[in-house]
Amino acid sequence: MKKSEKIAGNVANYVDERTGAAKWLKKNLTKVFPDHWSFMLGEVALYSFIILLFSGTFLTFWFDPSQRDVVYNGSYTPLADVKMSAAYASALHISFDVRGGLLMRQIHHWAALLFMAAMIAHLMRIFFTGAFRKPREANWLIGVGLVTLGIVEGFLGYSLPDDLLSGTGIRIAEAILQAIPVVGSYLAFFAFGGAFPGHVFIPRIYTVHVLLLPGIFLALITVHLMLVWYQKHTQYPGPGRTEKNVVGYPLMPVYMAKAGGFFFIVFGVTALLGAVASINPIWLYGPYTPGQISAGSQPDFYMGWLDGLVRMSPPLETHAFGHTISWNILIPGLIVPGILFTGMALYPFIESWMTGDKREHHLLDRPRNNPNRTALGAMSLAFMLVILINGGNDLIATHFHLTINQIMWFTRIAVFVVPPIVFVITKRLCLSLQRADREIVLHGRETGRLVMMPNGEFVEVHEELSAEKKFTLTQHEQPQALEVPTTDRSGVRNPQGIKGKLRARMSQAHVEQVPAPSQEEAKALEGGHH
Amino acid sequence: MSNEISKFQDPGLPAHQHRKSDHDPKAEKRAEQQVAILFLLSAISTVGTVASYIFIKPGKFVFLPIMGDVDAQQLFLGLGLAFSLLFIGFGAVQWARRLMPDEEVIAERHEFRSEDADRKDFVDTVKERAGTVGLGRRSLIKRSLGLALGLVGITPLVMLRDLGPLPKKQLETTSWAAGTRLVTDPGDRPLRPEDLEVGSVAQVLPFLAQGEERTLENIGKDAVLLIRLRPEEFQLDSKRLSWTHDGIIAFSKICSHMGCAVALYEQQTKHLLCPCHQSTFDVTRAAKVIFGPAARPLPQLAITVDSEGYLVAQQGFTEPIGPSFWERSS
Repeated sequence: MKKSEKIAGNVANYVDERTGAAKWLKKNLTKVFPDHWSFMLGEVALYSFIILLFSGTFLTFWFDPSQRDVVYNGSYTPLADVKMSAAYASALHISFDVRGGLLMRQIHHWAALLFMAAMIAHLMRIFFTGAFRKPREANWLIGVGLVTLGIVEGFLGYSLPDDLLSGTGIRIAEAILQAIPVVGSYLAFFAFGGAFPGHVFIPRIYTVHVLLLPGIFLALITVHLMLVWYQKHTQYPGPGRTEKNVVGYPLMPVYMAKAGGFFFIVFGVTALLGAVASINPIWLYGPYTPGQISAGSQPDFYMGWLDGLVRMSPPLETHAFGHTISWNILIPGLIVPGILFTGMALYPFIESWMTGDKREHHLLDRPRNNPNRTALGAMSLAFMLVILINGGNDLIATHFHLTINQIMWFTRIAVFVVPPIVFVITKRLCLSLQRADREIVLHGRETGRLVMMPNGEFVEVHEELSAEKKFTLTQHEQPQALEVPTTDRSGVRNPQGIKGKLRARMSQAHVEQVPAPSQEEAKALEGGHH
Repeated sequence: MSNEISKFQDPGLPAHQHRKSDHDPKAEKRAEQQVAILFLLSAISTVGTVASYIFIKPGKFVFLPIMGDVDAQQLFLGLGLAFSLLFIGFGAVQWARRLMPDEEVIAERHEFRSEDADRKDFVDTVKERAGTVGLGRRSLIKRSLGLALGLVGITPLVMLRDLGPLPKKQLETTSWAAGTRLVTDPGDRPLRPEDLEVGSVAQVLPFLAQGEERTLENIGKDAVLLIRLRPEEFQLDSKRLSWTHDGIIAFSKICSHMGCAVALYEQQTKHLLCPCHQSTFDVTRAAKVIFGPAARPLPQLAITVDSEGYLVAQQGFTEPIGPSFWERSS
């Protein structure tokens, strides 16, 4: 026995005699994970979270989360002798007087953007492939929670340096709080310890940013991964893959090496971005004061849609009985986002209700094979994209020589017009893709090879697909629409009322499909012109 | 039409294709060397990172295309770190792809639903255990526990009360009062009308007595923008016109929408624009909202000159400045 084997044996023995873990470990080290590039999106999110923990901890060693007034005397001369908060001064200190400090700040910021982008891409993958279906609804809810908290965490993070740009963001957040009916002014005064900006907000959000929210993230991510582990990963349809199995590579060694290596790659990419791509150059903005502002004030992209929504809102306020309600803030700032995120969270339950499908699903849908869901997703994305564009309307105006008014009016109209159009186009596109699948299963792949027949006619040679490919293209279900019971047993008409009708209508839209070709159809064609 | 019986049959997993490194010892050796080289490159990068930390002096800049001038120390530290991490990653992935077993394996999956008998057992157990507690019979305990649990959550809410003071009238008041001089920000110099050219803009704050400190809370409420036009350019009613002085008009600089500083003045159109959400106010018509989400004009400050010829406020603001809040009456 080699020495290393002996040591490994001793460790395993030590652990097993105290926990009895050998059996569990044996089973789980050979656990199978299916392989697909789109399964890496969630991994990217997880790894960028770990990078955020590392780089963030580094930053806390020098960052001073305090709004006490100091006079700057560090090595960035353009701000010499300027009065500012200790938070901003220490952020400048990290950027200019700590070796690698600017690099870590930029890695932290890039990793935060990557964290959000990866979570959103992962969420889209889950949505479009139907991975949220039973039994994974709980994990979908956790995921929606993580995205929501990620937005808050990111906002708090870029607010901490207390520069002119981030202070403006805090001012807007304060206005949203203040706009809440009845309790708004109280909430704002409690949050800020008095009038805006006060001296306590930065220290308070610091605790939330570095302790409370990361703690919640860790807990949610742990449960998220435990559920993935326990319920086993979903897989794309294909030969040999069924609802009853998982086909892929074992955790040890292939998946460990790939996932471990991938962590280093993600970390390396954020380090590369942090090294060469400047982000949030706070020294250019100056310290925050409520009387000043810089043109082109922009939040990070994951907040941009919200800002765009606020920008396009019509100027509506109600003044009655000595009170004011700011619809121009409440609707875009709280009500619409609330509806969007609630709808997203409830979607698995809505879909299951309208299809009546209560079965377990472990095989993913190809997005084209569920045209209605894919179209809904594309429609929501189109909505977000339009309002995100309006969030950057000032920059678009200056870059493309347009007026802000043109862009604002374009998006005000587009936000109602574009999403339904995208829905229809996407649905038609999915059905066309299904038709194309049907076509190549029945008639084979076009080879581009032309053959001249004895009678002078030219025909293109079609090549029959492999059995594997044919199966992949035809394995999906052909769901039936739910029927509305028109009368119940005692002869009452339409017993479920409007709800039943709505459900049947939605179910009908949801099952719209091009019939998948059957073997009989293929056989019938074989006897024909081929 | 298609139905379950006539679907295309699952041909099962395709046969495994062996890689070159699986049966050719030379290819295997080559793959091994490749992985090792990648790991070595990482080690070299780490040495470079440490060297950059020690030897490159701060304040040296290198030019990067598109990115512009970049601090050399931060750049090489970052590049060193990036490559030391990337090469470990590439090495590990290459190792997995070329040398580790690449045959897909199949694991069985089982429905999560328990056997009916187990489910029934579970329900029976719960019923039996619950029965021993007798919650259904002891409604007094049930109700008092509900009350206690409902109330216990109040404590943390009450304890948050000291987060801040009550707003009282603070959102509705500013430091401006009758006779307060307008002073420049920055500089704190009092202004005469002739200091402002026609077409120019100045940010002002209320005069600060000796020994008083100007806080950000004050600036957040008191900031005022002075704009000088030709008097005939105003389209104001007589009251608002009397609040101006010789073509000089004063507005709160804090946006009536969400409180950003309304700092962009377009001299040609005489519009004030808020950079946050693009609310646009017409200076000639008492800052009437002509575009964007703001619902109210910027509050106007009535100004005049005092006996020494300096600009002063005729009175404080007649309405609360800044974003709306519930208690605001107009």
